[in-house]
Amino acid sequence: MTDSRPVLTMTGISKSFPGVRALHNVDFRLLPGEVHALMGENGAGKSTLIKVLTGVYGIDEGTVTLDGEQVAFNGPMQAAAAGVSTVYQEVNLCPNLSVAENIFIGREPRRLGAIPWGEVRRRARQLLARLDLDIDVTAPVGSFSLAVQQMVAIARAIDVQARVLILDEPTSSLDAGEVAQLFRIMRQLRDEGIAILFVTHFLDQVYGIADRITVLRNGALVGEYPIAELPQLALVEKMIGKELDVLELMEEHPRQSVTATEGGSPLVQVSQLGRRGSVAPFSLTINAGEVVGLAGLLGSGRTEVARLLFGADRADRGEVRVDGARTGLRNPVQAIEQGIGFCSENRRAEGIIADLSVRENMILAMQAARGWLRPIPRRRQDELVDRYIKALSIRPANPEMPVRNLSGGNQQKVLLARWLITEPRLLILDEPTRGIDIGAKAEIQKLVVQLSDGGMAVLFISAELEEVLRLSHRIVVMRDRQLVAQLDNDDTVDADRVMQTIASGTEREEASR
Amino acid sequence: MSDAGNRFRTLLGHRLFWPVAVLVVMLAANTVYRPGFLAVELNNGHLYGTPIDILRLSAPLILVALGMTLVISTGGIDLSVGSVCAISGAIACLYISRAPDQDNLVTVLTALAMALGVALVLGAWNGVLVSVIGIQPIIATLILMVAGRGLAQLIAEGQIITINSGPYRAIGLGHLLTLPLAIFIALAAALLVAAFTRRTALGMIVESVGGNREASRLAGIRSGRVVFLVYVVSAACAAIAGFMMTANVSSADGNNTGLWVELDAILAVVIGGTSLAGGRFYLGGTILGALIIQTLTTTVYAMNISPQTALLFKAVVVIAVCLIQAPAFRAKFRRRRAGTPPPPQSSPQRQKEQVPA
Ligand SMILES: Nc1ncnc2c1ncn2[C@@H]1O[C@H](COP(=O)(O)OP(=O)(O)OP(=O)(O)O)[C@@H](O)[C@H]1O
Ligand SMILES: [Mg+2]
Repeated sequence: MTDSRPVLTMTGISKSFPGVRALHNVDFRLLPGEVHALMGENGAGKSTLIKVLTGVYGIDEGTVTLDGEQVAFNGPMQAAAAGVSTVYQEVNLCPNLSVAENIFIGREPRRLGAIPWGEVRRRARQLLARLDLDIDVTAPVGSFSLAVQQMVAIARAIDVQARVLILDEPTSSLDAGEVAQLFRIMRQLRDEGIAILFVTHFLDQVYGIADRITVLRNGALVGEYPIAELPQLALVEKMIGKELDVLELMEEHPRQSVTATEGGSPLVQVSQLGRRGSVAPFSLTINAGEVVGLAGLLGSGRTEVARLLFGADRADRGEVRVDGARTGLRNPVQAIEQGIGFCSENRRAEGIIADLSVRENMILAMQAARGWLRPIPRRRQDELVDRYIKALSIRPANPEMPVRNLSGGNQQKVLLARWLITEPRLLILDEPTRGIDIGAKAEIQKLVVQLSDGGMAVLFISAELEEVLRLSHRIVVMRDRQLVAQLDNDDTVDADRVMQTIASGTEREEASR
Repeated sequence: MSDAGNRFRTLLGHRLFWPVAVLVVMLAANTVYRPGFLAVELNNGHLYGTPIDILRLSAPLILVALGMTLVISTGGIDLSVGSVCAISGAIACLYISRAPDQDNLVTVLTALAMALGVALVLGAWNGVLVSVIGIQPIIATLILMVAGRGLAQLIAEGQIITINSGPYRAIGLGHLLTLPLAIFIALAAALLVAAFTRRTALGMIVESVGGNREASRLAGIRSGRVVFLVYVVSAACAAIAGFMMTANVSSADGNNTGLWVELDAILAVVIGGTSLAGGRFYLGGTILGALIIQTLTTTVYAMNISPQTALLFKAVVVIAVCLIQAPAFRAKFRRRRAGTPPPPQSSPQRQKEQVPA
């Protein structure tokens, strides 16, 4: 396979943004019929390389050839027409158009100039069926969860008759089942001779599917390796440029003893909280200093539980007590007043304010809580922002940079900082490590442990079961929008048992405690 | 050399470079056409001349545009400002015209307070429609834009109210420290709005709501209140502008006071660099935009261009300013000059903007 001619080569690519050198003299090649993983830390330049290739950004220096011919695309449409189909990192669909419209927008089939909508819908359903997704294709895309939106974007990309398929962190909000399905399709496409460029921060996914790896660090090429010649540890070393000791740290902190929570006082107690069409009524107690993990499959109601607890959606039944006193959590303002913070999984639509700077994004929640008449003194802002830029190693470390210019992972860290600055008593983290590189992921996990040791309660939601198991004192299992079990995370609990609970929905008797 | 080149490039890249350049070019063109254009003379302790006139005449537009800037920053738009100008002008003039002594300062102040009060109510009406009921801003304010003209007519009973009040006239034509009073009023309003938004956290919160309303809500911002507030501020600014317009001519005409000022104001905001999509706003840019539009109007009159072509002329200049400022257009222009073939499709530009970070 290695001796076949590359379908795509990029040579000597450089790209700078004002004040940032995102790519410097990078070479890259993609062979037909391979899955090629592009690896690197947050901000290493992966997405920039992809955007430069597809013409979202102009190239400062260097050349791109497709099938031996030099090309310079002026945008994704032209690239797609030439056979380079791309799913960008941030889901990029029109939320108010239907699923079918989104899949075929810009290349609708025409019959006598008119669009045969029946056929469009039928083909959309077929495509999604390939991904094992059975949804109403006439519903607006915005009404679905982020994971479904990601699948729709993928469906759109694989329908194009492409020679090169580019997937920038397509699996970041998918569960194991969806990932497996996606991989099946990727293998099928690869065997048809399509070249696939794949970006992810999940190392096991890389080793599960990739044939070769290219590593970037700080915008420069580190090297290109066949997968067999680069074991996991060596890969990590190449990515971060030194040996990773935080990895060991993750081993050190298997799970903590449950006894730590026994003395804790109930911070938030909800009973029979529910919302029609969203989550069935559930009861849950969260103690101070406790990490509660929320496990369940895609669409099981994890995010919905979080949104009810934060007042992002209004519950239509049930009772909430904070510190034993009855209160309502009817909107985010009320929840924040009770010391609750919520980091949404959908950082683009519900998280960052793209126009504003890193500093403004970070202090936003704190400022909102103080009211606009009491601006946070600039000195204090700078202090806080500097502290968290350092603590979360946000790069570039420039507080005045518009947050839209940060790489995806770094944007995620800014959001985390926004809530940490408010020093909440209960922090709800919905997929906080989504799109974050392994070094930073370990840092964030460490942070969660530290925060809970310091008395903060954390509700931790993640599609990665290992992560939930490692951090949580207690695991709440969701299934079909119902809370089906609560498991104390002791020695008897492991991934298999949680998976079984998710699958069978038993242990229901524990749910009512 | 490269240092100077760099500095030049930063200058070129500055947000206000092109608006300033356009203004300078327009002034220069006028001076060529009529060498006395920039002349200013002191007469009777007052400064006179075309530049002073431009400043004085642009004052109402600056006021309206300031309020409009905040509204647009939240992602909204306020079409009703012209009607609010007419209503507030009519109320003030009506009250003064019925008073026994039109030159009485207390009478004039009472009239202003009443009219301003009504304007605040109208702003609150817009605010409620948009933030509480959730009607799209363009529709919500269209209601008052249309109905407001009728309201102004009703107040004036279909007449043009003419008054003869020294203090009221001063709002439009008075002088302070050799300069027209209107300039100071506009300046004071600009400083007030700037302090109100930039000294507090209001500016950032407005930009945040305009940039991403849902994210702002989840960060604990009461978006509804902020949106409500900006419509009230916008109406207040429009009311003061309405006083100036009617004071200029010592009469209020429900049909014509502030006619189409909303369009000029929106243009001024856009020329100033604030995006109609909401988000970041630039008060300085807005003021510059208002000055450009007024200079354009004055130029059209000065050059004796017929009123029919005048509007066309204005449109062409505005399009030019907007195009020059658009990064996508500039990039295309530069690329073409560098010899790369032009893109075959026209749509990619839009597509590009949709691709997120
Ligand atoms: N439009 C832009 N303007 C300025 N700087 C930018 C812009 N886009 C990216 N950058 C910078 O370029 C660098 C590379 O960013 P890029 O998005 O390619 O990272 P990445 O490898 O995809 O990271 P992640 O894993 O977090 O997605 C970062 O430092 C980022 O801040
Ligand atoms: Mg990226």
